[in-house]
Amino acid sequence: MENIANTIQTIPLNEYILLSSIIFSIGVIGVLIRRNAIVIFMSVELMLNSVNLLLTAFSVYHGDASGQVFVFFIMALAAAEVAVGLAIIVMIYRNTNSIDINVLNRLKW
Amino acid sequence: MNTFYFIAFLSIFFSILVITAKNPVHSILYLILTFFTFTIHYILLNAQFLAIVNFIVYMGAILVLFLYTLMLINLNKESEPAKSNLVKIAGVIGGCCFLVTIIASIKALGASPAVVLKDPSLGLVKNLGKVLFNEYLLPFEISSVLLLSAMVGAVLLATKEPKTT
Repeated sequence: MENIANTIQTIPLNEYILLSSIIFSIGVIGVLIRRNAIVIFMSVELMLNSVNLLLTAFSVYHGDASGQVFVFFIMALAAAEVAVGLAIIVMIYRNTNSIDINVLNRLKW
Repeated sequence: MNTFYFIAFLSIFFSILVITAKNPVHSILYLILTFFTFTIHYILLNAQFLAIVNFIVYMGAILVLFLYTLMLINLNKESEPAKSNLVKIAGVIGGCCFLVTIIASIKALGASPAVVLKDPSLGLVKNLGKVLFNEYLLPFEISSVLLLSAMVGAVLLATKEPKTT
């Protein structure tokens, strides 16, 4: 445990911000360039996770446990979001026989 | 120090593979690997509770849900129609502009001090449990209502509606 704690002490905070923003941008690009609804949903999960990592890094940096509690709440929210979102995708598939989002451009049937 | 950069490289590599894989099943498998590298990041930050929760909730529950939905939706009969190249290039350029903006603002901040672990027991279950049940008891209870409503909503949406229309 001391070994791990010593490992982390040499990394600047900017590296964590950089890593999180790169992964967030990859999520944004994934939302923009894909047409499969499930892959778009997975890109949104990627963005949520990068924010979680950044919150944890800031929490450790400031020595405040509230940030990690907030990450815990975000994870509960993500579980709820995935359940509802996947139910909506299944319903869309049942109605249109496709999960291509371009079918939904008028948002009515 | 080198461990962090290696794991960060793996995170970025696998997350790029997530959005470029043709087959959605491969995308989900790469997403599992990405979340595994995130778990290693949490362990490196000594946030052991979050590491375990990330492992159980994301890799255990959410991604199994994704795989199960993909199994219900049979995608084998038609491949995903690709977006036109113009839209792809525009999307990549937009995302890169976002990234460049953030990187430029970080560079303007100058060098930052290192992440020093002030309190080694910060992310342990005992400490986080005390904070959660003393200061954040009401949000914790409200999140149970959120989970219940999400469960009811998912069941309501996914069941086949009776033939009314």
